[in-house]
Amino acid sequence: MRVRVEKRSTLSRWMTISAPILSLALALLVIALVFWGYGISPLLAYKRIFMGAFGSPYGLSETMVKATPLMICGVGLALAFKALVWNIGAEGQLLMGAVAATWVALYLLPDAPAAVLLPCMFMAGFLGGAIWGLIPGILKAKLRANEVITSLMMVYIASELVNYLVYGPWKGPGEWGFPYTTKFPPSAQLPRLLGTRIHYPTLILALLLAVLVYVLVMRTKLGYEIRVTGENPEAARYAGMSYFKTVVLVMLISGGLAGLAGVGEVAGIHHRLRYPQGISPGYGFTAIIVAWLGRLNPLAVILTSLLFGGLLVGGDAIQVALGLPVATINLFNGVILFFVLGGELLTRYKIALERRRED
Amino acid sequence: MAERQGWGEVVVSMRGIVKRFPGVLANDHVDLEVRAGEIHALLGENGAGKTTLMNILYGIYQLDEGEIYVKGKRVTIRSPRDAIELGIGMVHQHFMLVYPHTVAENIVLGLSSADFLFPLRRVKGKITDFSERYGLKVSPEAKIWQLSAGEQQRVEIIKALYRGADLLILDEPTSMLAPGEVEDLFTTLRRMAEGGRAIVFITHKLDEVMAISDRVTVLRQGKAVATVEKSRTNKQDLTRMMVGREVLFLLPRKPVEKGVIVLEVEALHALNDKGLPALKDLSFTVHGGEILGIAGVAGNGQRELVEVITGLRQATKGKVILLGKDITNSSPREIIGRGVAHIPEERIRTGLVPNMSVAENLILKAYRSSPCSQRLFLNYAFIGQHAERLISDYEIVTPSKDAPAKLLSGGNIQKLILARETSEEPVLIVAAHPTYGLDVGATGRIRHLLLEQSARGAAILLVSEDLEEIMTMSDRIAVMFEGRIAGIVDTAKAGVEEIGAMMVGARKEQERGY
Repeated sequence: MRVRVEKRSTLSRWMTISAPILSLALALLVIALVFWGYGISPLLAYKRIFMGAFGSPYGLSETMVKATPLMICGVGLALAFKALVWNIGAEGQLLMGAVAATWVALYLLPDAPAAVLLPCMFMAGFLGGAIWGLIPGILKAKLRANEVITSLMMVYIASELVNYLVYGPWKGPGEWGFPYTTKFPPSAQLPRLLGTRIHYPTLILALLLAVLVYVLVMRTKLGYEIRVTGENPEAARYAGMSYFKTVVLVMLISGGLAGLAGVGEVAGIHHRLRYPQGISPGYGFTAIIVAWLGRLNPLAVILTSLLFGGLLVGGDAIQVALGLPVATINLFNGVILFFVLGGELLTRYKIALERRRED
Repeated sequence: MAERQGWGEVVVSMRGIVKRFPGVLANDHVDLEVRAGEIHALLGENGAGKTTLMNILYGIYQLDEGEIYVKGKRVTIRSPRDAIELGIGMVHQHFMLVYPHTVAENIVLGLSSADFLFPLRRVKGKITDFSERYGLKVSPEAKIWQLSAGEQQRVEIIKALYRGADLLILDEPTSMLAPGEVEDLFTTLRRMAEGGRAIVFITHKLDEVMAISDRVTVLRQGKAVATVEKSRTNKQDLTRMMVGREVLFLLPRKPVEKGVIVLEVEALHALNDKGLPALKDLSFTVHGGEILGIAGVAGNGQRELVEVITGLRQATKGKVILLGKDITNSSPREIIGRGVAHIPEERIRTGLVPNMSVAENLILKAYRSSPCSQRLFLNYAFIGQHAERLISDYEIVTPSKDAPAKLLSGGNIQKLILARETSEEPVLIVAAHPTYGLDVGATGRIRHLLLEQSARGAAILLVSEDLEEIMTMSDRIAVMFEGRIAGIVDTAKAGVEEIGAMMVGARKEQERGY
């Protein structure tokens, strides 16, 4: 027997849809082994996860809460990845959005009414994330600095900046020594759906952004430039497209969107700036998987972000109920990304098994 | 030489080969037999299935039906590695080289006999040895991306030689070579054949078949029409077999009225990718309605000249003036906006977005402005109509306007590029090797399109290494040698010998004389 990898001559529509689903199923199969190793029935574990995430009004609402930042970040990353710009730093861009919004809420316009303050917070958050995306973007476009490294490093800078602020100058005097800022004034808090933590303005914004980015990619001149640059950078140059403009714009937009997700977290959930892990349990990183599983299609990202939101919630549920370590859930992300990227490869290539003939 | 008789044993025999691609029967029960010591031409138009057949033999494609025998033994070739083990080597038309690596590294890559540690030490000596023996001049230390297409091809040839193939397949090996280099290659091939190796020579050029081959197999639309001995056939017969109809060999070039000066290049200097001077004090003009042919051996600055004019490379000194306006070192976008069309040397790498649709490829340059787009948005209704119109006007054969451009054949890809570049009525067309690798039919069509543009009044700068193309198309011919213009002559007064001599630098001393 011999294994060969061949390029597929055609890409069927059926395959582009079924490949991510199949990848996901295989990932779940592998993770089942882990549950089994812990002496827990995988079926029971998956049932608990599913029920935890989607089986109750509370679970469902929490799934939406977690899906919101994933969706916004994932949509932005899908755009960047389409242009072959590997923005790995959405986590840092999200934190900078949160910092910018906090500054507006507590220091710039603390007395403004909600109708003024909240839009200003979102704008500032977009800018904060955009600047954090622009820096690696400009470094890549001008100096060919690898954006995977630079955008990732920017995450640590953002994270330490948040730490500095909440332990230092922005530490709230009435917070019993916790690394929190003072609570936002009510006008800086996003309204929630009754009895849940769903800050629906952010959720609506996320859905809107998914549609907008889809239209941007498929129907606008900029989207065309992004697609051409992503498919064949040399042809883009030949056609007179500015590489600088494309790279800088996608980093700006994807950074800005991650910043908006950060605003949603501080204005909708925490109502203050906290230590970095308190604001985001790695939404910016999980969004990378969300974007890939959605095959870089912003509309598909809506679905995949809900799936991963559910996974986070369901994961929490089994940690408590079945006494599993936190690492089990992190394992989910890694294994799923592994299979999704593998599935991506297999839609373009096929593996043929052949028996060697001896004659 | 051609009368050499008594070829040796059958090295390779392919019987009843069938290969299907989605929607295409690429090889339809093809038989081919190649003997030791012969140069066997595989002749046919693009899309006739020549390359497919050889890719099957080299293990790149798997056959759907049929049998392959190597030295009388039935074999299954699953990969190039299998083919190499069986003593089959192939030099592809599109080079299969690792661009950031050096020549030596590319040659040693995948070589099972390479030393595990410091594999390059022994290789370099051997490369130099091959280079000298066969006149394949190339530095083992050079990085592939720094080499011209012609030099890259030499690397490919050395690579195959290095693997010591008994049967060497060459896919359109002369397309990028100058006449002198072609003769050198032919000498190499003859020497290898005399040494008992078999050579399969894929081509669509009849002159080459007549010059080099011992036997010819003609393919047409996936079928083998016939295998004949070269000495018992002639160009007319071969043409008839190849295209199934008579073809005119020469295109008439009507003298056109010279318009205003469209392009002026003044004392232009530029560097190549290695940072060495590639253009040295270049000056010439092209008038509207005129075709200025740029002849020369690959790597004498033609690529750099094209890139400087189209804004893809910076000039270090001198001027490029378009219709009186200085466009030196303007951005590609501005130059496109001023009506300069560019038919690039590497049409797939540079001129095409293979995974995007034919329609989207057709707007690669026009997408910025109305009616392709309004403000921020693309106008897909117009883009669709635009594509339908160009597909029919330029006779682009494609499953549909929405099919990915990579599905098109070489000739149709070039028609797509010409449709895009000429439909906007440019003032200047910079055409680099516009018919390289195309079959007779597509070549004629492309040349005809360029002549139409010239008749319309466009100035055309035609860079080509095909001297026949330059001679039949151009009004004047500028010969480039080592980054300079060795001379500019009127085609009507020029002889092939004179131009050939300038291509290898003969005119230089004479020029300095006055």
